[in-house]
Amino acid sequence: MWLWGSLTASGAPPSGCLLGALARIDLANLAGASSLGGGLEALRGRSVLLAAGDQLTAALALIELDGVARRMVLCPPDLSAEHAPAVMRDSGADAYLTDAGAAAVPGLAGLHVSSGPALQALGLTRRRSHDTEWILLTSGTSGAPKLVQHTLASLSSAFNAQEPPPGPVVWATFYDIRRYGGLQIFLRALHHGSLVLSSAAESTADFLARAAAAGVTHISGTPSHWRRALMSGAAARISPRYVRLSGEIADQGILDSLHRAFPRATVAHAFASTEAGVGFEVRDGLAGFPAALVGAPGAAVDIDVTGGTLRLRSAGNAMGYLGAHAPALKDSDGFIETGDRVELRDGRYVFIGRGGGVINVGGLKVYPEEVEAIINAQPGVRMSLVKARRSPITGAVVTAEVVLVEGAATGAQAEELLKGEMLQACRRHLAAHKVPMSIRIVPALEVSASGKLVRPDA
Amino acid sequence: MSERATITSLFEQVAREQQRKLSPLSDDLRLLESGLDSLSFALIVARLEDKLGYDPFDTAESFPVTFGDFVRLYESHSR
Repeated sequence: MWLWGSLTASGAPPSGCLLGALARIDLANLAGASSLGGGLEALRGRSVLLAAGDQLTAALALIELDGVARRMVLCPPDLSAEHAPAVMRDSGADAYLTDAGAAAVPGLAGLHVSSGPALQALGLTRRRSHDTEWILLTSGTSGAPKLVQHTLASLSSAFNAQEPPPGPVVWATFYDIRRYGGLQIFLRALHHGSLVLSSAAESTADFLARAAAAGVTHISGTPSHWRRALMSGAAARISPRYVRLSGEIADQGILDSLHRAFPRATVAHAFASTEAGVGFEVRDGLAGFPAALVGAPGAAVDIDVTGGTLRLRSAGNAMGYLGAHAPALKDSDGFIETGDRVELRDGRYVFIGRGGGVINVGGLKVYPEEVEAIINAQPGVRMSLVKARRSPITGAVVTAEVVLVEGAATGAQAEELLKGEMLQACRRHLAAHKVPMSIRIVPALEVSASGKLVRPDA
Repeated sequence: MSERATITSLFEQVAREQQRKLSPLSDDLRLLESGLDSLSFALIVARLEDKLGYDPFDTAESFPVTFGDFVRLYESHSR
């Protein structure tokens, strides 16, 4: 199975198109033309870091390099320059791709190919030589990304077995297609129709207007994306048949709001993670999922709840992590523990947060340990606990409790000064969504018998 | 302090912290054109809950679109 091969399996060229904010590409034109200049054959058999900022550029590279490259490493646009060299090393990358006109990136080595959202007729013949690995990045405890190894088959398993939707389909996604949720939509759209890609430079209202102009029928985002769309006042511009949420807990409030905003649409929420793949999709408009899905015999995805944590086993699971000290991904039964905590209420499992204190801020994971490490390095700090606080806008925000060294601050003013220094350090070292919204000085934090901080479920 | 004054000062405070340029806060200003991002709104709503003791989003029928909607959401809840 390779992507171009499956897009042309019927013998006819693919009929869909990709609509970026600035350019449109008809997939049929890829038959004899390339976005990679003359770089396509030079990248054959290589492990290629895809570091383009533009989504359409990255989308074209994914189509062109599947079956050609040994590996494609999908860098999200916010990958920091600090982490890029480690990603390059751990993925064994010997080539990298950037936007046309971009300079070589310091810290990256190997063959440099630049590319843009335009095709050049080269009279090339597309041919498959490799089972390309698709490497996705997900955040890790230390702040450095973890590399998750997929194949086109594992990424496609959730929709391959399904009947394609009836009628013409125009997908749009608020997600970046370099993240798992967006990549799912990208692959579906390629096989079933066209896709409107979002752009970081574009407002929510402008994106929705563009999606409306393209006649969007299916649209996907996180609950936080959808709250933002509803706040934009522009949601009424589109009238999709299908509205999908994933990447965060879909609570009853956001499901009800979307039903009111799109009364003719099916509102579905899906559970998926970069490591475990798509678990299930729920279309009954209720938060959580029916308990009958757990342990259902003969299902394409084995769903299990052990110790209150959701576990998944399916052909959609990733193969493993890359890197020298990568942890094991699956347990001895072949299940992947998602880290998501669920509770049985009236025949449905509802999501109550994540184990290990991991916080989901608008679809972006925050590991408490990476924030605590910054706070704990500040003078006067004995220890700290970073935890989630519920938010109606981003699902959660980050807060911190801090125990000071004895005598480090006497009086409220001295405490405020220290808190200000902690926050400044967090802002210097961490992405904005990881910085605590508040810091509370507490006399003590609970430590378990094994000497570890007691973490609440985030 | 009135809800409006509290809300206005928090918009300004969070914009400073997040290093975002805040548009003048008139009632017809669209929230997504105010210069603030979702994270900024999340911080504002959390701090308002700390100050005022309630989160009107829990029971809101629809999401506020303009700054005026946002202020009214809090004012109507407090009455």
